[in-house]
Amino acid sequence: MADSILDTTSGPVELRRSPLAATAAGVAEAGAGGGGVRLAERPFTTMVGLRVVPGSTAADAIGAVLGAPLPAGVGEVTGEGDHRTLWLGPDEWLVVSDGSREELLSRLRAAAEGPGVAIVDVSANRTVLELEGPAARSVLDKGCPADLHPRAFGAGRAITTTLARVPVLLWQTGEQTYRLLPRSSYAEYVAAWLLDAAQEFLEPVG
Amino acid sequence: MLQIECPWCGPHDETEYHYGGQAHVAYPEDPEALSDEEWAEYLFYRDNPKGPFAERWVHSTGCRRWFNVVRDTVTYEVLAVYTGARPEVASAGGDR
Repeated sequence: MADSILDTTSGPVELRRSPLAATAAGVAEAGAGGGGVRLAERPFTTMVGLRVVPGSTAADAIGAVLGAPLPAGVGEVTGEGDHRTLWLGPDEWLVVSDGSREELLSRLRAAAEGPGVAIVDVSANRTVLELEGPAARSVLDKGCPADLHPRAFGAGRAITTTLARVPVLLWQTGEQTYRLLPRSSYAEYVAAWLLDAAQEFLEPVG
Repeated sequence: MLQIECPWCGPHDETEYHYGGQAHVAYPEDPEALSDEEWAEYLFYRDNPKGPFAERWVHSTGCRRWFNVVRDTVTYEVLAVYTGARPEVASAGGDR
């Protein structure tokens, strides 16, 4: 059957679907806006969950693969090149990478294994939303209980918190750029909430 | 709203945490030996002091760790945040 809905010739990469597929049009429109804030999705980002005893040889070996030691405290982000490691807890981290998922996993697993070490592909767990512009912090302040003022937060810091009452990982990557990592099932809600909260900033003033 | 200082993440709003009831309720040494009344007391009976009260909290949207807080049940002031053994401030207790 030529028009079968199940395309068996394409691989998993072609078949994968962003959690924001349904709201993609609205997000794209906001991304093109010339106002104070822009929203975009960076789908299918490689993410690896890490659990290891801090300071152990396994932690050092993982740090060597990632190009920087694992972050030691809340808010810290380490890494160079493709990989960034975000602190989630005293013995829990999330690696966010622009590189290949398979390659990163095999290199990490080759570097450290055994009891007390968990290296798990969690790429499908969250999606990445990027909010950018002079009004980005004002938009987030409408629904985030964490203090995002530069005296408490800033570029290169990441925390787990809530946005509009749902858990998100909030990562400030630049002076006016934030990445939000909601769980996939919350992604549409977070995107819709952000579009609504950003409405007043989307239109150019005048 | 309470602001609680997580031992790992620093001060955050109460909405980022979940409450876990009274702290330092030890599991019975020999549960088999307990009468139904003693078992029910272990499971369900908790102190309700007026004043400092040691209680469990978890930073559920942050580092997901459990820790203890001594909170004054009259003023809602957070007197201490700690892990492990109970600090001096908690042993002051309250009028029951």
